Order: sequence, then structure tokens, then C-alpha cells
Amino acid sequence: MARLNVNGKIHDVQAEPDTPLLWVIREQIGLTGTKYGCGIAQCGACSVHINGEVMRSCSVPLSSVGATDKIVTIEGLSAHASHPVQKAWAEIDVPQCGYCQSGQIMAAAALLAKKPKPTDQDIDEAMTNICRCGTYQRIRAAVHLAAGQTEGSVVPAATVEHRG
Amino acid sequence: MTKNVTNTHRDTISRKVSRRSFVVGSAAGGLALGMHVPFDIDAANAQGAAGTEVNAWVVVKPDDTCVIRIARSEMGQGTLTGLAQLVAEELECDWKKVATDKITPGQNLARKRVWGEMGTGGSRGIRISQDYVRRGGAAARIMLMQAAAAKWKVPVGELSVANGMITHAASKRRIRYGQVAAAAAKVTPPDPKSITLKGPKSWKIAGQPLKRLDTAPKLDGSKVFAIDTKLPGMLCAAIKQCPVFGGKLKSFDAAAIAKRPGLRKVVRVNDAAVAVVADTWWRAKTALDALPIVWDFGANATQSDATIAARLAEGLNAASSNGGWGVGDAPKAIAEAATKVEAVYSTPFLAHATMEPMNCTARITADKAEVWAPTQNAEASLAALSESSGLPLDKCEVYRPDLGGGFGRRGGTQDFVHQAVAIAKEFPGVPVKLIWTREEDMAHDFYRPISQCRLTAGLDADGQLTGLQIRVSGQSINAWFTPTRPVGGPNERQLQGWYQKPGDAQFGYGVPNLQIEYAMRNTHVPVGPWRGVNTNQNAVYLECFIDEVARAANKDPLDFRRGLMASRPQHLAVLNAAAAKADYGKPLPPGVFRGIAQFMGYASYSAAVAEISLSDGKLKVHRLVLALNCGHAVNPGQIAAQIEGSVAYGLTAALYGECPVKDGRMTDLNFDRYRILRLAEMPKVETVIVPTYDFWGGVGEPTICVATPAVLNAIQAATGHPVRSLPLKNVKLA
Repeated sequence: MARLNVNGKIHDVQAEPDTPLLWVIREQIGLTGTKYGCGIAQCGACSVHINGEVMRSCSVPLSSVGATDKIVTIEGLSAHASHPVQKAWAEIDVPQCGYCQSGQIMAAAALLAKKPKPTDQDIDEAMTNICRCGTYQRIRAAVHLAAGQTEGSVVPAATVEHRG
Repeated sequence: MTKNVTNTHRDTISRKVSRRSFVVGSAAGGLALGMHVPFDIDAANAQGAAGTEVNAWVVVKPDDTCVIRIARSEMGQGTLTGLAQLVAEELECDWKKVATDKITPGQNLARKRVWGEMGTGGSRGIRISQDYVRRGGAAARIMLMQAAAAKWKVPVGELSVANGMITHAASKRRIRYGQVAAAAAKVTPPDPKSITLKGPKSWKIAGQPLKRLDTAPKLDGSKVFAIDTKLPGMLCAAIKQCPVFGGKLKSFDAAAIAKRPGLRKVVRVNDAAVAVVADTWWRAKTALDALPIVWDFGANATQSDATIAARLAEGLNAASSNGGWGVGDAPKAIAEAATKVEAVYSTPFLAHATMEPMNCTARITADKAEVWAPTQNAEASLAALSESSGLPLDKCEVYRPDLGGGFGRRGGTQDFVHQAVAIAKEFPGVPVKLIWTREEDMAHDFYRPISQCRLTAGLDADGQLTGLQIRVSGQSINAWFTPTRPVGGPNERQLQGWYQKPGDAQFGYGVPNLQIEYAMRNTHVPVGPWRGVNTNQNAVYLECFIDEVARAANKDPLDFRRGLMASRPQHLAVLNAAAAKADYGKPLPPGVFRGIAQFMGYASYSAAVAEISLSDGKLKVHRLVLALNCGHAVNPGQIAAQIEGSVAYGLTAALYGECPVKDGRMTDLNFDRYRILRLAEMPKVETVIVPTYDFWGGVGEPTICVATPAVLNAIQAATGHPVRSLPLKNVKLA
């Protein structure tokens, strides 16, 4: 039995101590917004916040977290998707399939908590999660938008030249 | 909008946990079908207000919400929003009150495939269904207006409609769709052939860069993918297939893991796979890791990159080919040429690596078989379910959550469905969720086929291209899927993008003496469609070689291409659009180099201009300008998103993508070795769409194939040397 604080709620869970936090969150606690993508901390689909730090939960064993650690998943990031990152994601229509986006949003929120006005280089360094749909250009713009930075917050609009 | 999306999402959940029979309202006045899980009516009930099915495509609720039925799979490509725009355009409803709902293959079958085909691949979602979904929307509008006319006893010709509000101007009467839907459902539907569809010049909803309808649940973790399926009493399974393709499962020692926590059963899935079933997936996966398994690797264990490369090389040199086409006498023209240029190119196997690994949940009882599957072809899933469960189609149903990426992996092959059913049959009535590890996903894909290509060109003394010979040697997707299918002819997919016929994937140049042929050289590695399919390899081969020839002719690559494209005005127009948008003629900053490419696939024309620099042999792609003529542009914003995405997927392959084969198996089984392009490496992508409205072309795939050759040609401009094999990580750039 282990005791966890997830999204401000205490959960007592039954799992082996070496079970990755990702699978405890998904299978014991039942929050499935945090995704499995690789299991080796490469893709970031499983990103959560632990005491404010973004962590890849597939590689965090249950035994390494306790009841005093504040774990936040995508479901607990905000009420009604009101976090500036979520609002910017909606504004710029970032997601395609959406599978990696929980992790992307958690990574972006952690970045902005540390660096409220990130540069492009800050974004390059912090946003290392994999997206196979290739939403990177919109992620960059949305991070800038969430930071209130108009410069860099615009996706190049598609030019349409009607030839018919 | 958000409200509607949320409701749709709620339906998805309720569909998973509730099963009940229902009655579908229809134009015939109510048709008992005894099917499970009514999406639209569930949605209506969730709001305490029943909706009325006006026709197969449109359900109208009393609050005027128009629920548009979607038959194709949504995997990020935006087809759901685009199809809804097309229906709504003809329906003349209020876009703010549009919701969508997904039909199942069981429903489609029960209603004699009223929704047409459900398969989603080949960039066909919109271009193939656009005509009948627009007629569906128009028919519903006509029926709603006729119902209003009958109610008011006025000729229907005196009515007008906009935003779901029908108006009789003479009597100043107005009525909303929600108020006439029930009456409209009883109106005799018009003959679809009698309907005149709106032209794109009068579009108000279609053609606009509207936001996607399905974004909200992707922002807060509430979207339920197949891998997130939860059902009462559900068990979880992990699977291991023989690492060598074609090898067999000899034995396993279930007793060795009998004491693992939560373990329920070790299952022989088929003659090449074993699964462990437990109360949670993590317990199943770790128990499987500990399971002693003996494999019979078989004859394929001798195969490797070297044996496969040798087989392809033999195909390049073989006396005869498997098919092709030509004009004039290319060998003679090349023999008589002032200058001869020859090159051999190659591209490797590639995995799809969808972010959501393969998975499927199955529940099998004596008289009902159900799966929850991430599928690009729900009807193929239904067929697989029926075959593996032994139950007839009408006792089967497939629920189809949106996919966490597809890219061609989850269409024709339904391996994950067959496996989940085989496992779930061991637990009658108990749902079992099968999830593959990433390693399993990478080890047992249906890979992008490997190939090599020799190209030979002859130039006369003025640098004019007089002859071109192309021989591609590689593995055939068609042969893998249907070994008995007769192979041959100019339309074999190995020549995709080089076809003689216009309309789909036509060769983009007029060459007086031309010979194009393919040698089919198959391997033991399973192959399948991978976003863009053979246009990827063929565009690299042709477009990089054209640059080599242009350089030999001492001509600018764009001018040289233009000189070959007089007979290809549609290809040329898109090439010119890319060049203009990219300011092709203008000087670049020192150290920055430009490359250009054009190609055709999926009935659409694409071109790209890349700007790159090299620093200590390290490539930086600064900018990519993509031009696309997809005929009709249904949602320019989503087209741009698809083009941006195709660049990321294509450049991942160009920079890093390869699946080496050793001892008959794949060696690179996770993202540490199968590296994926990340945000820092993403170039700025600019899109120019040049729709000519005289055809309907695809969007998801066409542009992927031009991104890579544009970058490679820019590298050639920078270094003076062509890049002839991929990925770039294995190439010294200097």
C-alpha cells in the first residue's frame, strides 16, 4: 500500500513498489490523460508535475514518491482547461491526434512557471516531447501566446491563391 | 462549440459502458434494428432531448443542434471537421450548433452501408466521400424546407434558409430546424441525383479556416483513446511475438511465472505469439518479461541488411523487370548523348511509430463479439473480429475511438484485433485490453518498403535532356498483402508518382525518350503503407537526380525543371507557386542554400523550397515553403496543419529514419535508437494553397514526399555533392 497526493486528492494504491508512477496513475487511480508512449523517458507523453517539476512518470517508480509529494496530472492542471497554456493551445488549434498533447501541455506549463517569458531557445530546450503528427510549429507559437508574447505567437497563415 | 464537443466526448464514454438496443428513427418512420449504442440518440438523451434523424447524415435536436454523422476515422488529420464542414455547407445550418457523431461498422452493415466505405487511408477521406456527404446535407435541407412549406401551406420555392432558420419572407414567418425536424423526417427524400450542389465560390462554411471541432478534450486529458478503454471487470494483456518475422512460438514455461501478482493466464495467441493476462497491464507486462519462451526462429534468421541490399541490387541489374512504361527509345538516346549522368539511390525500411502503440480491447460471449479498436478501417476490423471470434458479422460490433496517430499502420492489417480476440476468447464475457509495448510496436510493424533505384540520363550538347531511364528495385506492398494478386503493369504502386496516366500520381516531366520500370524484390519483412507510401522514395530518387542532371547541364534546377514541364501545366503551376512564395530568385544570406522539388500523389500536386545551412557537417533546416493544389481547399487552416505535420514526419525519416535488420529481426526498438525529429529541429513551414477547383485531391499525404528532396537538393547546392542514401545521420555532410 502506498499513499499518493494526486491533483490535491489522497489516494491509497495497491501496487508493487517498482511500478512506474505512470501505470499507477492510469491503472490504480484511473486517470488516463497521462499517456504511455515509450516507457523509457524518451517521448514525454507521460509528463506530470511532481512538486512543480515536470517529470516523465514512466520512469518514476512508485517507491520514489510519497504522500508529501504533490503530483499534478493533466486532469489537475486547471479547472475547465483555464490554464494559459490550455487556452493558447485552443486558440492556435495545436493538437492533431492529441495523444502527446497532455505531455506537451504539462511540459509547457512547467516551462512558463520557471520562465514566464521564454525565448525560442528556452522553448527548444524545454519542449523535447515527441509529436508524430508534427505540431511543433504550433506548439512554439502557443507557448509564446501563453506567455503573452505577441512576437512568435503567430503561426504563418496559409496563403490561399484561388486559381479556379 | 466547446459544449457540443464535450457532449460528443461524453457519448464516447457512455457508449463504452452501456449496451442497449434502440430504435433508429428514419424517413420510413422508425426502423427497429436491434443495434447497440445509439450515438446520436444517446447524445440527445444525455441532454434530455431526443434528436430526430432527418437522414443518415443529419440528426436535428429540438435546440437546433445538428449532429453530423461521420463514417471515416479521425487520427489527427482533421477529416472529421472537414467532412462536417461539407455537410453543414449544404445543410445551411448554424456552424456554432454543429456536433459530430461516429457511426459504427455494425450500424453501417445493418443499414446496407448507407454511409459508404469507412476505410481511412490514401488521403481519401474527403476527396472520395465529398460528393455523397454534400448530397446528404443538401437532401436534409430540402426535406426540412419541404416540411416548413407543408406546415405553412406555401410553395417551397417561396422559402429561404440560412443558419438553420427557414424564412417565408412574404408572410414574415420564420421557423428553426429543430421545430420542423420531426416533420422533415417523414418527407420523401429527394433523389440525390436531382440535387444541385453549391459551387465553391458560394461556400460559407466549407473553404474557411475554421477551428477543429475535436480540440477541447485533447487539452484536459478527457479524450478517451482505445488504449484508455475502461470496462467493468476488465483484464489486461501484454504480448510477445517471435522477434524474427516468420518464426514460430515453440514453447513457454507458464509455471515459472505462476506466482506473479495479479496474473490470470498465459495464452498461446497464435503459432507465433504468447500473451500474459493479468489484472493490470503493468503486471501483465512484467510477468511476460519474466516468462521463459522458446522460439523457432526459422530460415529468416539468416536475413540481414546485407542480404536484403544484395537482393535489391540484383533487381537493379536483372535482365527483365516486372512492369513499367516508356516513350521513345531511352537506351538509344542515352547511348548517343553528349553527356551521361548515372546514379544509384537507396532508402531504408521505416516504422510508423504512432504515438499510441497498437492496442485493442475485446469482449467475447457465445453470441456477441465486441472490440474497441484504434482502426483506420473499422469495416476491416469488423471482418477480423468475425473471423477470429467465429461469430457472424451481425453478432459483431466495433467501437472506434479516435486514433493516437495512424499514418497507414492501422488500416488493412488488423493484427491487433485478431490477437485481442484470440486472448479474450479465453475469458468469455470478460473484456480484455491488449496493449503492445513500444518495443513490440517497433519490432512488428508493417514497414515502409525498402528500395534502391538506378537513374540514367542523357544530355545533348546544349544540355537538353534527351533520354531518361529509371529502374526501381524494391519490395511490393501489394504483394505482401495479397501474395496471389497478379503483379505487373504501369500502375503498380512501386511506381507511384511516376505513372503515365494523369489524375492520380502522374510523372511530372515530358521527356522524349523515357523508360520507367520496377523490379519486385520482396523480403521476409512485412511491409505496408506509410504516410505518402511510395511517393516518398520515388520523389527522393527522381527529384534529387533531376538536380544532379541540371548541374551536369549547367542549369539552375528550377529553370531546368521548367524546361521539362511544358506538357505538365498543373505540376508546373504548383512548382511556380512554391518558387514565388519562397522568393526563389532572390539572394540568400551567406551560408544559406536553397533546394527545390515537385511531385504528384493522391490526385494532388505538391512542390517545396527548402533553405538550409551546414555548420561543421551539421544540418540546420531554416525554412520550408510548401505549395499544394488539392483541387478544393475545404479548410485551409487544417491543410496548413497537415502540411506542417507532413514536414515533421518526412524530415524525421530524412534525418534519422531507418529500421536495420539483423538476424532476421529489427534491432532499433524504441525512440532512443529510432530517433524522432523534435521541436528544436522543426523548420519554419510556410504554406501556399493554390486550389483550381477542377478536381478533388488528397491533403494528408501529398506534400510529405517533396520536403525531403527539397532539403537534400539544398544540401547538394551547399556541398556540390548529391545525397544518395538515407537517413542523413549516416551521411557525412561536407
